[in-house]
Amino acid sequence: MKPTWMLRVFAAIGYAVLMAPAALVLVLSFSAGEYLTFPPPGFSTRWYVALASNGVLMSALGTSAILASVVAAVALLAGGPAAYAIARLEFPGRGVLAALLAAPLLLPTLVLGLALLLVLQPLGLAATWPGLVLGHCLVAIPFAVRIMTTAFAAVPKELEAAAWTLGATPLRAALRITLPNAAPGAIAAGVLTFLVSFDETVISLFLVGPRLSTLPVEMFRYADQSADPLIAALAMSLIAFAFLMVLIVERLMGFSNAMGRN
Amino acid sequence: MIGWLLALPALCILGIAFLWPLAALFRISLNRTLDSGAMEVAVTGESYAKLLGDDFTWQLVWDTVTLAASASAMAVLLALPVALLVRAASPRWRGVLALMGIAPLLISGTARLVGWMAILGDQGLINVVLQGMGVIGEPLRMINNWTGVRIGLVESLMPYAVLVLLAGLGRLDGRLEEAAATLGANRVRTFFRVTLPLAAPALLAAWLLDVVLGISAFITPKLMGGGRVFVLATEIYDLALESVNWPAAAALAMLLLAGLLALLLLRGVFSWLPGRRA
Repeated sequence: MKPTWMLRVFAAIGYAVLMAPAALVLVLSFSAGEYLTFPPPGFSTRWYVALASNGVLMSALGTSAILASVVAAVALLAGGPAAYAIARLEFPGRGVLAALLAAPLLLPTLVLGLALLLVLQPLGLAATWPGLVLGHCLVAIPFAVRIMTTAFAAVPKELEAAAWTLGATPLRAALRITLPNAAPGAIAAGVLTFLVSFDETVISLFLVGPRLSTLPVEMFRYADQSADPLIAALAMSLIAFAFLMVLIVERLMGFSNAMGRN
Repeated sequence: MIGWLLALPALCILGIAFLWPLAALFRISLNRTLDSGAMEVAVTGESYAKLLGDDFTWQLVWDTVTLAASASAMAVLLALPVALLVRAASPRWRGVLALMGIAPLLISGTARLVGWMAILGDQGLINVVLQGMGVIGEPLRMINNWTGVRIGLVESLMPYAVLVLLAGLGRLDGRLEEAAATLGANRVRTFFRVTLPLAAPALLAAWLLDVVLGISAFITPKLMGGGRVFVLATEIYDLALESVNWPAAAALAMLLLAGLLALLLLRGVFSWLPGRRA
């Protein structure tokens, strides 16, 4: 049935709530004023300039970019084979394995972060690269496994069977037939796990230190203390970046597909 | 067996980063905090007893649960028309509308809250517009209090509700609504007598998921509350990093986990009820 005008109005209210913060961030990031007030007294790009010359935030940006790249790579390498097993192989305990690999997503990141701090601090691994990578992998691997499972399951089994008939070993068939066909999904998984790590705030709050901090943590601390258009400029940059990433994923495999739990 | 072998790297990492820390969390919750603030290795339930005997803890539990329940109800109410519109839209628009409904999931939570500060602040969009129209004299206080936290939480929970509702409504047979219309029911009546009852299991599932996420939300209460709103998550954070009382922080975290586990079981029970198959 065609949507009624009433449904359209109520849905518009829902979308307005979802879109309003991003819209305001866009407008105020170009403010010429000193504060996050509406309407802005004038427009300028001064806060983007200020953002680019903010040493703390820029160094945190570097940390986050490297961290997210490492985490995405580890999550794909460790999660890929597991996803292949879940999507393609029949073995005892397959359901248990899938549940185990998804389990960290069920728990609040606040509890995960605290638990990691309690074991990493005594080992001197809090506020170090290995600690941060481990903490981010905790949420990135379940994500990578879920998306890659969908991607592998979408490749017809018959292709692999045909390769076996033609004399390929199962390993060769998996690497030469299924993997290339699942490549768009794998890239989408890489992009999304990169974003998951790049935006991860709560676990990082427990694992950063004065010398090693991530962009979301520094942004959180900045916003907690002062609200000026600089933080809007940073927020807008992050939104634009996330938008670009979502577009890439949408082109590769369909965003709803990747996020769904089927 | 080769399946488990392929999953070995992932399992190893999760073992180190997940199972071990959780075990340590439980173990440390049994340690003793000395009066000096130092931690002594012990096996005692003192931290639990102290938390459970403190009225402040129960106030936190009540505030946290009512916040999560009310914000989730509002989020589901706002998400329902969005999901229904996606379902009714032509295939050309469906993808874009669904994407717009869940895209906020990938925008950093802090970035969205900065937007809400600009909307709800004393000199924010709403106050400026209302004052300009002469509706109010003094600005409405909508940030650094429960109002701000509630509004921020509604928005951050909505995409999850949209996701659950899209999956749930997708299985719903549209011919039933057409049949109701053919039999003379108007659109409003069809919605309340056919669509809504059929969507009820999905609505409940969406609400429960949002409640679970809302109870453990940290960034929204911390940023929108301006240090004046206390919930379980902010208290765990303060105990761990401000007071550095690890046994108490760990014990409160374990209590939070127990509560969430109970909710997840409840969700499992609901999903087994008849009618879910509809």
